[in-house]
Amino acid sequence: MSIKGRVWKYGDDVNTDVIFPGKYTYTVTNPEEMAKHALEDLDPEFAKEVEKGDIIVAGRNFGCGSSREQAATCLKYAGVGAIVAKSFARIFFRNAINQGLPLVQCKKAVKNISSDELISVDFEKGRLSCKKGIFNFPPLPESVLGILNDGGLIPHTRKILGIEKGG
Amino acid sequence: MGKTFAEKILALKSGKESVSSGEIVTVSPDVVMSHDNTAAISKKFKQIGIDKVMHPERIVIPLDHCVPAATEKYALNHKEIREFVQKQGIRNFYDINTGVCHQVLPEKGHILPGALVLGADSHTTTYGAFGAFAAGIGRSEVASIWATGKIWLRVPETIKINIEGEIPKGVHPKDIILYIIGNLGADGALYKAVEFSGKVIRNMSVGGRMTLCNMAAEMGAKIGYVEPDEKTIQYLASRTGREYKIVKSDADAEFERIIDYDVSDLEPQIACPHTVDNVKSVSEVVGIKINQALIGTCTNGRIEDLKIASDILQGKKISKGVRLLVFPASMEVFAEAMEEGILQELVKSGAVIMNPGCGPCLGAHEGALAPGEVCLSTANRNFKGRMGCKDAEIYLASPATVAASSLYGKITDVRRCLK
Repeated sequence: MSIKGRVWKYGDDVNTDVIFPGKYTYTVTNPEEMAKHALEDLDPEFAKEVEKGDIIVAGRNFGCGSSREQAATCLKYAGVGAIVAKSFARIFFRNAINQGLPLVQCKKAVKNISSDELISVDFEKGRLSCKKGIFNFPPLPESVLGILNDGGLIPHTRKILGIEKGG
Repeated sequence: MGKTFAEKILALKSGKESVSSGEIVTVSPDVVMSHDNTAAISKKFKQIGIDKVMHPERIVIPLDHCVPAATEKYALNHKEIREFVQKQGIRNFYDINTGVCHQVLPEKGHILPGALVLGADSHTTTYGAFGAFAAGIGRSEVASIWATGKIWLRVPETIKINIEGEIPKGVHPKDIILYIIGNLGADGALYKAVEFSGKVIRNMSVGGRMTLCNMAAEMGAKIGYVEPDEKTIQYLASRTGREYKIVKSDADAEFERIIDYDVSDLEPQIACPHTVDNVKSVSEVVGIKINQALIGTCTNGRIEDLKIASDILQGKKISKGVRLLVFPASMEVFAEAMEEGILQELVKSGAVIMNPGCGPCLGAHEGALAPGEVCLSTANRNFKGRMGCKDAEIYLASPATVAASSLYGKITDVRRCLK
């Protein structure tokens, strides 16, 4: 799988409250609605202007804070194709994979990418290309990649349990 | 070479002889916790396409995030949860008159040393205070565990934090953990197990250890852990008759890092807006005007926290410009505080006593802030927008500092209130 997209660049410690405010956790429950609030308290322009396949590039500890899965869901439904960061908070990491949203951890690449540029990511080869060059990153562990390739944890669990679609 | 607590317990729970940090294992959790998010999880469970949860006896569900329901939407959410637990035969359900999940689970005897506890809440790390391996997970993961009884985990490396010295007057476990988070950073323990040890921990109450493990999440930790001792055993004896086996790190275990702190000269600490690791000594921030003061949450809403606050407020009135909200962490704490006259003192000094719940901590319910307002809170997060308003500021401190500050209407060094 490989994708190409325009970059939205942010800093360190982008937390789940600025990605998806806590006040919406039980009032905004539809994924398309969630998408309208994506990154609301960090960058109010994001949800309005994000396009399908855009890529978020951020610093350390992306997604720190709450376990709320909506932080990953809202970005996924906003059209984000992947997130590249120096590091990810652990629950966000799991939530994103479980929503079928691919993540790339690559410190070097982050330093060399600027906002608005077009970058491409090849997940199988573990390769990211941007204006300043090509950067390699270790691919995700096989078991984790399996969840991602199945489109997230719920479809993956259905597959494990041998439940056919629509069952 | 010996093994860490994390390695030993994950070997045990994955049915392997031995595992090492970095390895990915499939485990069967003993306890799976979810709260008001249970309705959303039940919808994901439905998408999986099976009718019944695999182990209803392992599931614990307290309602706490918005209790009682603030609007029709929240009320419907609660209703769906009540119907779900009924249908699934989930007996460990605690309705709105019980308390905050991380206080309720230990109180009701669901947390045992050597248990693997996973919860759809980032502060699930709290239960490490009892020697459990307890980590936060997401909603889809809880649904998947309900269906399969299993989940993958990466075996974390362990950072050991030794805390020595004598805690000075006016300094509390909250100050210690804030100091550590400020020192190590919001990602200082990312993906790691954090084992708290040393003389200060041995002397610390179970409640104080819960505060430390609770906030381990704020430096990115997967779990917090305190080796069980007499205090743990004593607490558990009053909560459960179930048997348990204590799991601890071997003396020659391989820790990724060992960090030593001496708290003898520590001042009260404050986490400043808008990150938990933006920590300063109180002397650097005294005088900042506050509009709201909050004592409660899963971090600091226990009986000892309320007692500390009422001792400081006793016979005094809070400053006119301040709203002091007190949320006992559970109904049990509420009742005990009532019997001990703590609530009476707090009310007399001008506090508003709320029912147990998480509400204001995540901006879901009660005590929301207006633009330009400042709140000093005993909670664990001060992110922008956290208490419902992105143009408000949240400072975090110990219950003692919050109580003292509510007297003066500004951030105050609690040591000036001590005789």
